[in-house]
Amino acid sequence: MTISRQEVLHIARLARLGLAEAEVERLREQLSAILEHFAALAAVDTEGVPPTAQSIELQSIMAPDKVQPSLPQDDILANAPRRQEDCFRVKAVLE
Amino acid sequence: MEYETVIGLEVHAQLLTRSKMFCRCSADYAAAPPNTHVCPVCLGLPGVLPVINEQAIRYTVMTALALNCAIAGVTKFDRKNYPYPDLVKGYQISQYDTPISHQGWLAVEADGATRRIGITRVHLEEDTAKLLHRNEPGGETYSLVDVNRSGVPLMEIVSEPDLRSPEEARRYLMKLRTILQYLGVSTGNMEEGSFRCDANVSLRPLGTSEYLSKVEVKNMNSFRAVFRALQYEVERQQQVLGRGERIVQETRGWVEDRGVTVSQRSKEEAHDYRYFPEPDLPPLALSPAWVEEIRASLPELPEARGERFISHYGLSPYDAGLLTAGKALADYFESCLTLAGAKDKPETLPKKAKEVSNWLLGEFLRLLNAGELEVEQARVSPAGLVRLMGLVEEGAITLANAKQAFEEMFRTGQAPEQVVAEKGLAQISDQEALATLVEQAIAANPRPVADYRAGKEQALSFLMGQVMRASGGRADPQAVRERLRERLRPT
Repeated sequence: MTISRQEVLHIARLARLGLAEAEVERLREQLSAILEHFAALAAVDTEGVPPTAQSIELQSIMAPDKVQPSLPQDDILANAPRRQEDCFRVKAVLE
Repeated sequence: MEYETVIGLEVHAQLLTRSKMFCRCSADYAAAPPNTHVCPVCLGLPGVLPVINEQAIRYTVMTALALNCAIAGVTKFDRKNYPYPDLVKGYQISQYDTPISHQGWLAVEADGATRRIGITRVHLEEDTAKLLHRNEPGGETYSLVDVNRSGVPLMEIVSEPDLRSPEEARRYLMKLRTILQYLGVSTGNMEEGSFRCDANVSLRPLGTSEYLSKVEVKNMNSFRAVFRALQYEVERQQQVLGRGERIVQETRGWVEDRGVTVSQRSKEEAHDYRYFPEPDLPPLALSPAWVEEIRASLPELPEARGERFISHYGLSPYDAGLLTAGKALADYFESCLTLAGAKDKPETLPKKAKEVSNWLLGEFLRLLNAGELEVEQARVSPAGLVRLMGLVEEGAITLANAKQAFEEMFRTGQAPEQVVAEKGLAQISDQEALATLVEQAIAANPRPVADYRAGKEQALSFLMGQVMRASGGRADPQAVRERLRERLRPT
């Protein structure tokens, strides 16, 4: 299974990654190889096996609605690239 | 060509849980300083484990049942990926192909008919962080991120494109909000953003059933805004089609102060959310036993309550509808009946119910509307109103003066007895005082007296008015009428 150059650029755009020209072809080959690797799964006979989104047997894990302390504000903002008015300051978002 | 309006609504309601959807930070962020209700889970740090809030699931199932939906036996959560700074993880945990519930309906009365509006699905997701957009004096623009709101449980209710007019859409929205308030699962406050609505609007030639290009309308922050925006958008599309042009499928934002929708076409390529199952959350089985337990615990909903008001209290469908349109008013009404001891006396219950209903739908609503107040903000309590009604019944105050007293109670929160005493509103019970007022009126108005004696019945009303005015409205009109007739009877 191979993916196209367009698909690589699309995925890069979605992930907000800027790729150098050389990287596009290298990643195209690598991503294709990864897909091929997983394509082996398609050969397994899954007749009668219910679909699942999980590999573990757990089900219905919930917690009671009880408030627990949050982290101190300074800890939350410790990794902020820029801090202003006790908020994370980021580049303007315009859509 | 004649066109039919096709509207579908997408509502997001914040749930009234104490903690967030997937962590136990407080969900009550309204008055909290920025970034104080945040932990590694809702900040989206690597390696953390979200855990589903049980109460949020219960609230969503309650809502789904109230909207006649089918509940999924097994449900799961999915990641919806998109890059935006209000989404700290780079994805939102939502539900894609297995919502908690689907295929329900809500009966909506509008434009003279009651129609069932289909509910496509009710599912659960998490709210995003709040962005504050700023401009630097130099011209640089930037955004500030407050993560407190991130992870608050957000229930999404999607309707089928079954709504046929802006008015029907507005009614649907109001009824939906009332149900959420009855259930106690959301405040339903649109202005504060805990109840949000987006709309899909399209037109199609009358008599056809295909769906044409639709426009998504956003940024409507009140019921009025929804109605106006939909009206505007329907008209705009009619004009576009009328010119022989095509409707462009796009997102448009409502601009409140200009009263128009404007295109929000973005340069972004089409959204590609790459949904996939949330690996950190195991699937959730909603056992029939649990669903039935929740169904049994549902409170009485507005429709059932309205029907009970009609069958038990003998109210008209019109009065019952108005009283139950908001939970607070219906509660107020029933408190009054309980305090008046009316519920124990079936023979006088309909009469008492009608009296209370008249007070609430008359004076009470008038004063609330005039002051733009909610029922909860009224300073006059059900106990105060019941005592005031008691004073009228005892003949201690006339109905007209009771209304005046009620307004004072509404304004000041004073007890009825105090208002009556201070404002001198007590009914004149002294028969001699009443007799004096009647004699004075007769003496001062010889013409009407002669007219009445000559058979002109209306003259009596004039004389009554004179006595009532002289008494400051405190005389019992019935007693005045009888006394006047008695005095003027031909001998």
